Amino acid sequence: MSARDEILAAVRRSLHVTGEEAPRRAAVEARLAQGPAGIIPERGQGEAGKRAATFREEAALAQASLAEVVEAADVPAEVASFLSENNLPACLRMGEDARLGAMPWGATALEISRGPSDGNDQNAVSVAFAAVAESGTLALVSGPDNPTTLAFLPDNHIVVVFADDLVGDYESVFVKLRALYGVGAAPRTVNFITGPSRSADIEETLLLGAHGPRRLHIVVVGASP
Amino acid sequence: MSVATTPRFKDNVHEALQDERLQRALRHSDNFVSGRAAAAARLPEFEALRDSARAIKDHTLAHLDLYLQAYERKVAESGGHVHYARNAVEANAIVLDLCTRRGARAVTKGKSMISEEIGLNAALEAAGIEAIETDLGEYIIQLRGETPSHIIAPAIHLSKADVEAEFRRAHRDLPAVRDLSQPEQLLAEARAILRDKFFSADVGVTGANFLVAETGTSIIVTNEGNGDLTQILPKVHVVVASLEKIVPTLADAAQLLRVLARSATGQDMTVYTTLSTGPRRPGDPDGPDEYHVVLLDNGRSAMLGSQFEDMLRCIRCGACMNHCPVYHAIGGHAYGWVYPGPMGAVLTPSLIGVAKGGQLPNASTFCGRCEEVCPMRIPLPEMMRHWREREFERRLSPVAARSALRLWGFFAKRPALYRVATDLMMRALHLAGGARGRFSWLPFAGGWTRYRDLTAPQGATFQSRWRAKSGSVR
Repeated sequence: MSARDEILAAVRRSLHVTGEEAPRRAAVEARLAQGPAGIIPERGQGEAGKRAATFREEAALAQASLAEVVEAADVPAEVASFLSENNLPACLRMGEDARLGAMPWGATALEISRGPSDGNDQNAVSVAFAAVAESGTLALVSGPDNPTTLAFLPDNHIVVVFADDLVGDYESVFVKLRALYGVGAAPRTVNFITGPSRSADIEETLLLGAHGPRRLHIVVVGASP
Repeated sequence: MSVATTPRFKDNVHEALQDERLQRALRHSDNFVSGRAAAAARLPEFEALRDSARAIKDHTLAHLDLYLQAYERKVAESGGHVHYARNAVEANAIVLDLCTRRGARAVTKGKSMISEEIGLNAALEAAGIEAIETDLGEYIIQLRGETPSHIIAPAIHLSKADVEAEFRRAHRDLPAVRDLSQPEQLLAEARAILRDKFFSADVGVTGANFLVAETGTSIIVTNEGNGDLTQILPKVHVVVASLEKIVPTLADAAQLLRVLARSATGQDMTVYTTLSTGPRRPGDPDGPDEYHVVLLDNGRSAMLGSQFEDMLRCIRCGACMNHCPVYHAIGGHAYGWVYPGPMGAVLTPSLIGVAKGGQLPNASTFCGRCEEVCPMRIPLPEMMRHWREREFERRLSPVAARSALRLWGFFAKRPALYRVATDLMMRALHLAGGARGRFSWLPFAGGWTRYRDLTAPQGATFQSRWRAKSGSVR
């Protein structure tokens, strides 16, 4: 018998089942098709303005910095001023996201390059698939629009969040994913990111900038009341 | 499988208690306790989430065969491969085969307790493949040739000075005069060295915190980002995980994630929670070409339906060891195998056998803090008691302990005799204690009196005092 068959048989022996029982199969199918939502914390809930406020507070607790702009066209200027305020080089890498492409980067002095990172980029910008108020968490999805390497290799990661994508909880992100990728499917990678990279492995001293970015800057578009 | 020094647990404990360097390092480890308390207090739904998390795992374990089948179907649909391994030898052989087929010379690794359990690094090195731990703590202990002393803070037993000494020894190419006195400098040095390794690795191995049946997704959580660089840069991503990591849906995983980080480090959410489903898709500019999952049994299927099934709910947060007075006194290495603390005391005998691991469940005061803080509400003290019973039944406990228990049992089963005997004993000890009221030596109590005096009883038993106070004893 193969390792697989032997393990499944051992599991069934221990559970005293054959695997053919109709009620068990029905229970599993029902759960996979539409499982219970579980406990959703109150913290992230509320109307759009409240969600944006909670997201702002929670992101700050996770040690991300955050700016708000009125419309997409304001993003390049905000990114340029973030980089100069922190004495960072005026260069920026991004993927093929059409929303980024439509922004007036030419109006800034930033040197723009496109594509995944090979590890030599100081700064990168991505657009979040969604953001979660509950814990100040960003959700990014892999692909040519926003390559995953941009979220990990550069020292400084800037993430643009459109206010419409700001949801209360992780479960709402999964609903959005299902709508786009289909039931029971998922993109190759979903990165939930909560603050900049860190380690406390030396004497429990918390240090920012372990293997990933040292700075995480979030730009929220269109959340102003 | 990695080698255990658990059978010599008692000697390990003595050495740990005498080790001043270790004792100093263990004093740091209170941040986790206050962090967990603060995170739990900030979320009103925390207790309800613990109940929800427990119910999810109980449901999954009761239907594990069906969820495994659903999961493997989904992994295949997304272009990945599931490999089953009955034991450590099979798991290592599968990973080795995947490496040699791609001609791999270097493998980067995200933090994985399963890879510690199967002894993967040793297996890779034996085949001439370099295995590089990339979690900062794991990297440090790998340089030192040690194993993790904590499941989420593997280098918690070391001081900053220990790390500096190790980096100076290992990183010979760097200038000897460089300043490494601050943790920031140590981190920066490790980051720079490991950056190169991430790019030169042919295969990346990670563990999994959860495997999702709904979508065939594996989930890892890390604060450093090392797990992500391990899995997006090499051509091949291999996940090593045990059977009980399965959860039904993404929504179920979200419930568990809400209790995991809070219980572990006191964060609301770990910095990077990464969901991976299959290899690189058409049009993807990055990510691995191959995605494999090695599913390990290694004794878990036999735990299902047994007294130890509850242990399979464990999500490896480390809260039980963070709150354990025994772990705090002896550190993780004394436990002698991969899993320390209360969860290790229950799991180790299941995985390496009660003959080798049977001493661990005795290293508990049954104070109950582990069960109080366990996000999955695992009855750890109760299961340690089950192991003690098995150890006794199988005549594995020392002769002195067995005869003492038998003697006590004789009296305990005869309440009247017990009352008389203890009454006499307490009076006698009271008189023998004399005016000083303490013993510096007493027969059969050498283990205690070698280090401190034993206070003499005050002359009456608890039962007689209780009777005098409230007037009834059953």
